[in-house]
Amino acid sequence: MARRELLIEHLLRRIGFGASAAELDTFIELGYPASLVRLIDYESAPGSVDDHIGQPGYVAMTINGPFSPATNIAHARQRWLFRMVHSERPLQEKMALFWHNHFATAFSKVSGTLGAADGTRAMAAKATETAADVPGQLELFREHAVGNFRTLVTAVAKDVAMLVWLDGRTNVKRQPQENFARELMELFTMGVGNYAETDVYAGARVFTGWNLQRVGGTNGYNAFFYDARQHETSAKDFSFAIYPGGSKRIPARAEADGMQDGVDLINACVSHPATGPRLARKLYAYFVNEVEEPDASLIAAMASDYYQSGFEIKPMLIRLVTSPQFVDPSTYFKRYSWPAEFVVRAIKEMGWAGFSVNDALNPLITMGQQLFEPPDVAGWDLGQAWFTSGAMLARMNFAAQLATNQKFALRDAAKGEVHSPENLVSWSMDRMTAATFPGDSYNALIDYARAGGAWTGSDTQIAAKASGLAHLIVGSGEYQLI
Amino acid sequence: MFTRREFIRGGVSAFTFSFAAPAFLSDLARAQGSARRNLVVLYLSGGNDALSMLVPYNDPEYRNRRPVLGIPAGNVLQIGSDRAGNALGLNPRLTGLKTIFDSGRLAFIQRTGYENSSRSHFQGTDIWSTANPSNSQGPGWLGRYLDTLPSPIDPLVGWSTTRDVPHLLQANRVGIAAIPTIGAYAFASPNAGAEAQFARVSATRIASHVPVDRPHLAFVNATAQQAFATLDRVAAVGAYRPAVAYPNNGFGQAMQAVAGAMVGGVGTRVFFVQTGGYDTHSGQNVNQANGAYGALMGTLNDGLIAFYNDLTRQGLFGDTLVLQFSEFGRRINENASAGTDHGAASVMMVMGGNVRGGIYGTAPNLRITPENPTLENNGQDVHYETDFRSVYATVIDSWLGGNSTQVLGADYRAGAPAIV
Repeated sequence: MARRELLIEHLLRRIGFGASAAELDTFIELGYPASLVRLIDYESAPGSVDDHIGQPGYVAMTINGPFSPATNIAHARQRWLFRMVHSERPLQEKMALFWHNHFATAFSKVSGTLGAADGTRAMAAKATETAADVPGQLELFREHAVGNFRTLVTAVAKDVAMLVWLDGRTNVKRQPQENFARELMELFTMGVGNYAETDVYAGARVFTGWNLQRVGGTNGYNAFFYDARQHETSAKDFSFAIYPGGSKRIPARAEADGMQDGVDLINACVSHPATGPRLARKLYAYFVNEVEEPDASLIAAMASDYYQSGFEIKPMLIRLVTSPQFVDPSTYFKRYSWPAEFVVRAIKEMGWAGFSVNDALNPLITMGQQLFEPPDVAGWDLGQAWFTSGAMLARMNFAAQLATNQKFALRDAAKGEVHSPENLVSWSMDRMTAATFPGDSYNALIDYARAGGAWTGSDTQIAAKASGLAHLIVGSGEYQLI
Repeated sequence: MFTRREFIRGGVSAFTFSFAAPAFLSDLARAQGSARRNLVVLYLSGGNDALSMLVPYNDPEYRNRRPVLGIPAGNVLQIGSDRAGNALGLNPRLTGLKTIFDSGRLAFIQRTGYENSSRSHFQGTDIWSTANPSNSQGPGWLGRYLDTLPSPIDPLVGWSTTRDVPHLLQANRVGIAAIPTIGAYAFASPNAGAEAQFARVSATRIASHVPVDRPHLAFVNATAQQAFATLDRVAAVGAYRPAVAYPNNGFGQAMQAVAGAMVGGVGTRVFFVQTGGYDTHSGQNVNQANGAYGALMGTLNDGLIAFYNDLTRQGLFGDTLVLQFSEFGRRINENASAGTDHGAASVMMVMGGNVRGGIYGTAPNLRITPENPTLENNGQDVHYETDFRSVYATVIDSWLGGNSTQVLGADYRAGAPAIV
C-alpha cells in the first residue's frame, strides 16, 4: 500500500468520509488536481449508489421484511450510512449532512404528528418513492447540496418535515406562529444579533397561510399548500432592509398574492449582509479548520462569491478548497470528527466484509449523533462538544466492536505483509490513515504489539494483534481528528 | 502522583491528570466528599411554561388568556397563596411534588429571570449557564465554582447524566464525567483475557499524552483520561439496586443513577440531569390526560418522587439539594396551535432535606395595562421579579460553602430567597 499521499488523504477525509484502500489507490493514481475536480464536480460521477444496496462487496444492512427506507426510519438511517460509505459522490453526502445540521429537523416530532411511516417519508423518502413526487427533506439536501442557497431555503420553507418541525402548518392569521420565522433569522440565515424581536413577530405574520395539507385521504400524502384565507394581509415592518432599495416594509397584499410576502422575506434573509459571512465561517469550520480562527480575507472572498453568484454554494466551496489554507499541512487533523464521520471513516478504512451498518446505529446514539434526530433546531453541538468521557468511550467501544467483526479480514489482509510487531504497527497506521502518533503513544502501540510473548506470525497471533491495533488506533484521540 | 495542568489557547482548554490508582482515588473521593453535600441541577430544556406548572388559577385573566390551555381551578393541586395573596396550584400531574411540598421540603421561586430576557433557546441557555446576560461565553457558573476547589480534584467531582457536559458545568481546570448510561460506560476490547488487559494499558497510555502544542488533541485525550480514571467507580454504581422503583424512562433512569452514586459514596459533588420537550409551541394540551404538557409533568413528578422516596429511605435526602431551571418561560396568551411561544420569566424549583419549602416571590398579574409591573412586551410576557443569580448565590454560599461573589463576579445576595 502506498501511503504518504497525505494531501490526498486529507482531501478525502474533508470532502468525503475517508477512503477505502482501493479508493485511495484510485485517487492517488488520478493525482491531486484531477481528484479535486472529480470530487467537486461530482455530477459526472455515477449517482447510482442506491443500486448497490444488498450487493456482495458492499457494507450490509439488517432488514427484517422488505427494505422500506421511505417508511421505516431505521432503514432510512441505514441507507444514508450506506451512501456515506459507498457513494462515488461523497461531497453530496457530506453536504447533505452539513445541511441536515444547519436545518436541523428531528424525526421524533415529525413522526409524532404524522405517524412513523409518513414521518419517515417526510424526512428521507426519494421523490420517486412518494405518491406525488414530494421528496423527503434529506433529498432536498442532496439535490441542492452544492446548489443555490435561496432555492434551498425556499424549498425548506415548504418542506413537509419543516412545516411540522417548526409548526408552520399551524401558522394562521388569527394567531401567527413564530417558530419558523424566528429560526429562519436566528439559525438558517443571518444569525442572532442581526434582527429584533419585532422582526420575529412580523416574520410570523409573513408566513401565515404557509401550511400543510393532506391530499387524498387515508392513503394520500402530505404536501405544502398556501392557504390564502389564512394569510394576514396587512403590511409588515422590519428592522432590516427587505428590498434592494432599502425599504424595510413588506406592503399590504391581497390574500391571493400574499405568498409573495414569504418569498420577499426569504430573499431579504439570504441577501442580508451577515448571511454570506456566516455561511462562509460555517463552511470553513466544516471543511478546513475548526481549531483556529479563519483568515478574514478568505471569509470575505467567500461571502463575495456568494452574493456575486446570486447565493450559489459551489463557488464558495471552490474558493475554499483551492485556498492555501485548505492544502496547508498545518490544517490536517484540525477538525473534530462528527460521530457519523468517525463511524463511516472507520468502516471504510478498517473494512466492512460481514459488517452491517445497522450495528452502527446504537453506537451513534451513544456517541451523540443519531441521524434524523438532532437534539434541537440549532443542530448538534460541534467541535469539542462531541467529546466527553462517555462519548469518547462510545467511540473507543465502536472501534472495538468493528475490530472484533473485522478480526479475520484484518488477519487475512495483514498476513504476508507483516513480519514483526513493529511491521504490524506501521501496516495498521497506514491502513487507518491516522495522524502521526507522538513518541510515547507510538511506543504504547509497539508495546501492545509485543506484549504476551514472542512474535510467531501465527494466524491466531496476527488476528489478535491486528484487531487489537485497529481498535487502539481507531479508538485513539488522534483518530478522532480528521 | 496527581498533577494538573491547564491550557487555554485559541479557545481550547484541556485538563489532565496522571493515572492514579483506584484506591488513591477512593481516598480522595472520601476526603472531598466529607461534607457529603451534593447538588443536583435539573434542566427542563425548551423553555418551561411556568403558568401551567404553578398555576395562578384565581387570576381573572388566566382563563381569558388561556381559553384552551387554562387549567380549571377545580383541577389544580392547591398549595396556598404567595405573600401577595395570589392563590396558586400545582399542575394536576404533580401529585408527588405536592407531597414533598406539604412536607416543607420543596420551594418554588416565581418570576425568576433577568432584564431583557433572551427569547432564543441557545442564548437563553447560555445566559442561565454562565449567569452572565451580557457575555454568555466561557465557563459555566458551576464550572467556575468547581474551579475554586482545592487541588487535587477528584475526576468524578462532577457527573453529567447526559452525553455532553452542559455549559453550566464547563470549567477551566476541572473535567466533568459524562455518563449517559452506566452500562455503556465501560472499556470493550476485540480480544479477551490478557490481550484485553494489554489493550487497556496501552489505550490508557495513549490517552495520557496531552501535547501542549496540539490543544485540540489534548482536549480529546483528556476526555479519554477522564473515562479511564472514573470507569471502575461508575461500574460499581451500576450495581445499585434501589428499593424504590424508578420510572423506566430517560429521566427516571438518570435520577436512579444519581441516587446510586450518592448511596455508593463515590464522592461526586455536582450532578446534572436534563429532561426535554418543554418547547411546547403546539399541542400542549394541558387539560388532556395524555396531553403533551401533562406528560412532561408526569415524567418530572414520577422521577422526582421516586428519587425523594429513595433518598429518604437511605437517609441521604438531607445531604441533597435539587435545583431546577429552564431557559425562559412562555408567552401568556396561548397560540392557535394549542401551544405557547417563547416568553420571559419562569419559575425555579428547589428541593432537599434542608430546603425551606414554600412559595417565594409573587405571581404575575395577568391583566394587560401599561402600568402593570409584572408583565413586559406589551403585556405578552411575564416580567422577572427575582434575579436568577441571587438564587445561584444562595446555593453557592449557603449550600456548597463557596463564595458567590467570587464565582458570579458580583454580589447578588441582596433580595435572595432564603431557600436553604
